[in-house]
Amino acid sequence: MADLQKLTIGKAINLGLRRAMEEDPKVLIMGEDVGKLGGVFRITDGLQKDFGEQRVLDTPLAESGIIGTAVGLAVRGFRPVCEIQFEGFIFPGFDQISSQVAKLHYRTQGKIKMPIVIRVPFGGGIGAVEHHSESPESLFAHIPGLKVVSVSNAVDAYWGIQQAIKSDDPILFFEPKKLYHSGAMKSEVDTDTTPDPLFKSRVVREGTAVTVVAYGPSVKVALDAATAAEDEGKSLEVIDLRTLSPLDLEPVFESVRKTGRLIALSEAPSESSLTSEIAARVQEECFYSLEAPVLRVTGFDTPYPPAKLEEHYLPDLDRVLHTVDRSLAW
Amino acid sequence: MPSEHWTHPEPGDGPAAAAAQPTPEQVIAGLRATSEGGAELTQLLTPEGERVASPQFDRYVDDIDAEALKGLYRDMVLVRRADREANAMQRQGQLGIWVPLLGQEAAQIGSGRALEKRDMAFPSYREHGVAYARGIDLKEVLGIFRCTDHSGWDYQAHRFHPYTIVIGNQVLNAAGYAMGQKFEGKVGDEDSEATICYFGDGATSQGDVHEGFVWAAVYDAPIVFFCQNNQWAISEPTERQSRLPLYQRARGYGFPGIRVDGNDVLACLAVSRWALEECRHGNGPVLIEAFTYRMDAHTTTDDPTRYRLSDELEEWKLKDPIERVRAYLARGGGADQAFFDQVQADSDAFAAELRDYCFNMPEPPPDRIFSHVYAESTPLLDAQREEYLSYLDGFIGAGEH
Ligand SMILES: Cc1ncc(C[n+]2csc(CCOP(=O)(O)OP(=O)(O)O)c2C)c(N)n1
Repeated sequence: MADLQKLTIGKAINLGLRRAMEEDPKVLIMGEDVGKLGGVFRITDGLQKDFGEQRVLDTPLAESGIIGTAVGLAVRGFRPVCEIQFEGFIFPGFDQISSQVAKLHYRTQGKIKMPIVIRVPFGGGIGAVEHHSESPESLFAHIPGLKVVSVSNAVDAYWGIQQAIKSDDPILFFEPKKLYHSGAMKSEVDTDTTPDPLFKSRVVREGTAVTVVAYGPSVKVALDAATAAEDEGKSLEVIDLRTLSPLDLEPVFESVRKTGRLIALSEAPSESSLTSEIAARVQEECFYSLEAPVLRVTGFDTPYPPAKLEEHYLPDLDRVLHTVDRSLAW
Repeated sequence: MPSEHWTHPEPGDGPAAAAAQPTPEQVIAGLRATSEGGAELTQLLTPEGERVASPQFDRYVDDIDAEALKGLYRDMVLVRRADREANAMQRQGQLGIWVPLLGQEAAQIGSGRALEKRDMAFPSYREHGVAYARGIDLKEVLGIFRCTDHSGWDYQAHRFHPYTIVIGNQVLNAAGYAMGQKFEGKVGDEDSEATICYFGDGATSQGDVHEGFVWAAVYDAPIVFFCQNNQWAISEPTERQSRLPLYQRARGYGFPGIRVDGNDVLACLAVSRWALEECRHGNGPVLIEAFTYRMDAHTTTDDPTRYRLSDELEEWKLKDPIERVRAYLARGGGADQAFFDQVQADSDAFAAELRDYCFNMPEPPPDRIFSHVYAESTPLLDAQREEYLSYLDGFIGAGEH
């Protein structure tokens, strides 16, 4: 019988982590404040209490240290799940991620595996000060040897985190922090099912006129835009990428062959980004199906602005609709 | 004395020496929580407001007569009052977040007032008291927390670097600045300069801080590393960062480290002056660990009841940095009730001005997003800016905004 629970994304990750820890004693959680406090977003709430201080490690305050020691623990047979407090603080650990986490498997011809998950709350819209609202995922997608995932809903959050932990490859797991505790984003999670494979994108709303491809927090924006567009008689198809590296673009190609139009949506700056990659690949594969150039709705090519301006910076429903019109006007 | 327990055995000392290693309890007791801060704590004014003599440091505060001490008292009261006001404004939704300094006034005013105008300071994000001591109008700090701006003040004029949020980054930046002072020959004479760099106990775990210590040491940079050990890095206590009292780490880098009572403004002033003088003479760097306590939450988004005990807080309240100066002044007749009342009134006015300013702070215009990304803008960015602004104009035209 299906065990259904209505969960927020945050709670879903918490339960997913719990289940992964129960199933495999080699799974460790490590990061700043993940123990007693349950993480600054409370995603690891209660885990230290139940699994103890050697499985849920409140680490010293150093990201290079968190990730670098996770590498050693992985070599020793553990499966570390590292929490980075906010995406803006991942950079002290960037060297370890790009030089060791991403490359040890390759350098040792597969003799050393890196079953490490690095959880990164990312994205804007929470009215925070600097370094707390960024979208650096493209930087990691650009590094061969890493897999990059971004969930947009509780079902994927619950299963995705477990699948990531089970994977023998290192995975950057980008979590839409703005939606962690959003009641509007609650969904029923069947904890007793066979989940979708992790590295596949998915059509989350069918439509005929324009395809919108998004991931993480932007999926909600895309879906809201699709609802609004419907009122104007325009039918949008929405695709959730789910995994950012490797990109599963087959469903996007298929959709573009149907609609002839694509909008790539992301909070990150656009230059040399995932949306650039999507645009390039779609024109390679679907050149003859395209009725309009691939358009992008993204953050601007600036540092993340002071939060009082983030409503301008972040792609919203209006900017998506405006771009839909541009696409349709071609 | 706890410090004996922290002496490491030398190689070859054998198992007997290993037995002299501290127990975990001893380590923790040395790191924190002993109300004295350990045997090597430098203190000039006790929590009860008694002046204690210090053969080494008294001469650094010879000039601090009752008048001057009243000044330091006033600084602390004003800064605390501003801090409480900002905290309240956050609760009322006027600030996005606030980082309280409550309890750390003496560490910040003592060290901040030890600086000469020509010295340079690199803060973290909690150093509102140092900002004030550098002559910065605290209004200029508010924009960061109201999220209208990333930074305020005139950095050159005040010699006070922008706040740094990424833990530890500023320590390397400060070391580099101090190297520059050295390379320009600004040590060892009349107009010699020094740099002071602020960071927390948690920050000492970061690679940047370690590297900052290395750089400063090998280039003899005139820099004072001022660690405010407020016992907590969000939910993590100092023993999660170190096995050794933090000031003792300096020895490993080859420069002196000292632990000062961070709730004693006089001691913080004296020790900072001493350390800065070392730098000016070309003997820098120096590490100061100001042993203090964060009396409020880490930030307004934090919930300290999840990780710390309330009797810890109660214990530290007895060591309040402001109350001890007040007791000393009142007892010695240095200040009468009229003085304290006046300071109170001044601080209320100070807070009211801050509040007024905050409520009326203008919102930044949208094109602020695009300004100053580069010293020389790029065609791509100019195009993005134009496109976005004309998109916004479309709304106004359509009467939708
Ligand atoms: C590189 C980095 N990692 C994590 C954070 C999140 N964070 C902000 S403050 C803080 C604790 C800092 O503690 P400490 O250095 O002791 O300074 P305090 O805030 O107590 O003054 C953490 C983990 C950050 N700002 N930067």
